[in-house]
Amino acid sequence: MNNKKSQWLALPYAVYAVIFIAAPLLLIVLYSFCTDPQNGIDFTMENFVRFFDFANPMYMQVLWRSIYLAIISTIICLLLGYPMAYILSQLSPRVRGVVSVLFILPMWMNFLLRTYSWMSLLEKTGLINRLLEALSLPSLDIMYTQWAVVLGNVYNFLPFMILPIYNVLIKIDKSVVEAAQDLGAPPYRVFTRVIFPLSLGGVASGITMTFMPAVTTFVISKLLGGGQNTLIGDLIEKQFKVTGNWGFGSAMSVIIMVLILIAMNITPGDKEESAGGTLL
Amino acid sequence: MLGLKKLVSFALVCVMVMTLVLSGCGGNSDVTTLYVYNWGDYIAEDVLDMFTEETGIKVVYDTYEQNEDMYTKITSGGSSKIDVIFPSEYIIEKMINEDLLAEINYDNVPNMALIDDKYKDQSYDPGNKYSVPYMWGTLGIVYDATRVSEPIDSWEDLWDPQYKGEILMWDSMRDSMGLSLKLLGYSMNSTNMDELTAARDKLMEQKPLVLNYAGDQMKDNMIAGEAIMAVMYSGDAITVMDSNENLDYVVPKEGSNIWFDSMCILKSSTNKEAAEQFINFMCRTDIAEMNRAYINYSTPQREVYENLPDEIRNDQRQYPDDSIFELCEVYEDLGEFTDTYAEFWFQVIAS
Repeated sequence: MNNKKSQWLALPYAVYAVIFIAAPLLLIVLYSFCTDPQNGIDFTMENFVRFFDFANPMYMQVLWRSIYLAIISTIICLLLGYPMAYILSQLSPRVRGVVSVLFILPMWMNFLLRTYSWMSLLEKTGLINRLLEALSLPSLDIMYTQWAVVLGNVYNFLPFMILPIYNVLIKIDKSVVEAAQDLGAPPYRVFTRVIFPLSLGGVASGITMTFMPAVTTFVISKLLGGGQNTLIGDLIEKQFKVTGNWGFGSAMSVIIMVLILIAMNITPGDKEESAGGTLL
Repeated sequence: MLGLKKLVSFALVCVMVMTLVLSGCGGNSDVTTLYVYNWGDYIAEDVLDMFTEETGIKVVYDTYEQNEDMYTKITSGGSSKIDVIFPSEYIIEKMINEDLLAEINYDNVPNMALIDDKYKDQSYDPGNKYSVPYMWGTLGIVYDATRVSEPIDSWEDLWDPQYKGEILMWDSMRDSMGLSLKLLGYSMNSTNMDELTAARDKLMEQKPLVLNYAGDQMKDNMIAGEAIMAVMYSGDAITVMDSNENLDYVVPKEGSNIWFDSMCILKSSTNKEAAEQFINFMCRTDIAEMNRAYINYSTPQREVYENLPDEIRNDQRQYPDDSIFELCEVYEDLGEFTDTYAEFWFQVIAS
């Protein structure tokens, strides 16, 4: 199996990974310890000290807000996504194929476009409010609030929760479930003792795949949350685009990467399994 | 670091080569080619062809979205080909300090005389050694005249609680900090920590009233009636007023920012004379009028202004009275205080 030929086949990816994954990552870590990386490399902890400044905790507050909104979005995705994935896995293979395409369908459309359409739906003069007005119902004012950000996150990242869970659920050996039923377990027992524990791998990768983009998003918070709900991603973007402080921007990226690494390691479930679930 | 710079310049070279190939240069090497780098949608379309027709100089034209984009592209090593740029005042000052701009030989730009003295010799470039004004404008408030209880004429109106949730602020540290400083009676270029702190606190006080700290989408929002007031540049204001007749624009009585986009030649330019010829051409009255009519911004050209119909010339929104004009300030390069402004502005939007 592991002959020389197949190793050579991996070479293009290895080159790709070094140039586009490893090198930028190293560069970001390097920059995060520099005062002014565009004009030379030096070593300083200044960027990190600035972030964790307890006298002026604004950056930590923004980080906390990002994590808080990402957690809420992830929980909602899980509550909506798990039952959906379960129902999906119970369908006949034919119907299942059609329905899962329906889930992926919105992802064929550009992510920005989908978020922009939420803007025109939610605005004060948007479609939803015009409809409510026509029905003489009170208007819905959630644009530029945290709830709009959560909505955007849930809408955009829900498929990333459903699909890994679904992938794991359809692979569960039917005979295990039947064994539990034969031994007299009522349906809820079968679920809590057999199906759910076996699907934890999918849950873990679903959580990672929704939490990660949710915590680092800057487009959703910018478009739906407005400047009122600045998240860590917005701050990072600003450091690169507006102030040109690449060092501090890199430091914030490093902090968020470390946090995600930690979060990935404490999420429950079999890592091998979750990796399989990720490969959709 | 070096690697990144090389990569960026390599990418730029590729773009340049592509542009050359696509523009069908055909290997005719004695044709002078001028590289012009301008804001997007900031020139009358026929002007470039007219220039080539009259002078035989080919123009390769490219555009940018923000001063900072242009500056980053030039300083990251992709500048070797660009000759003429259209930066705003504070970037001009910065680029002069960094020795990136060439002094203009006005023997080749006699049409400089057509520019009104009022717009010359500004603090960012005393004596206009490096820059020729192209367009100018102000910062002010766009508002829906049918939904305000009394006329809007002051920055203070952005702090009026009756407009809670109906105010759009510009997500830009210079403009937001600047208007807050101006409201408090300070300079928009203040480098006094007490004044800056006061301006920041004032903005934080305003935060509960603000619907959104937005960018370009503000224009659409105002046209759709999403908000009653928005901080906007005069040029954008004229655009939105065209689409929604309820909207009006005012330069607040405390004074405001006045901005200039100017034409400059890069020090690295290899076609300095052709570049001067181009700038001179752009300043010719008929060409300047074509550009003005297309872009709809305020012109610094005396004759162009004098030939405008009365309703434009007397339009306070486009050409404010000298009394207001004198209260307006040009942004200066803040030097190391740029970071302070940025930090304070982050504190406002992140709070």
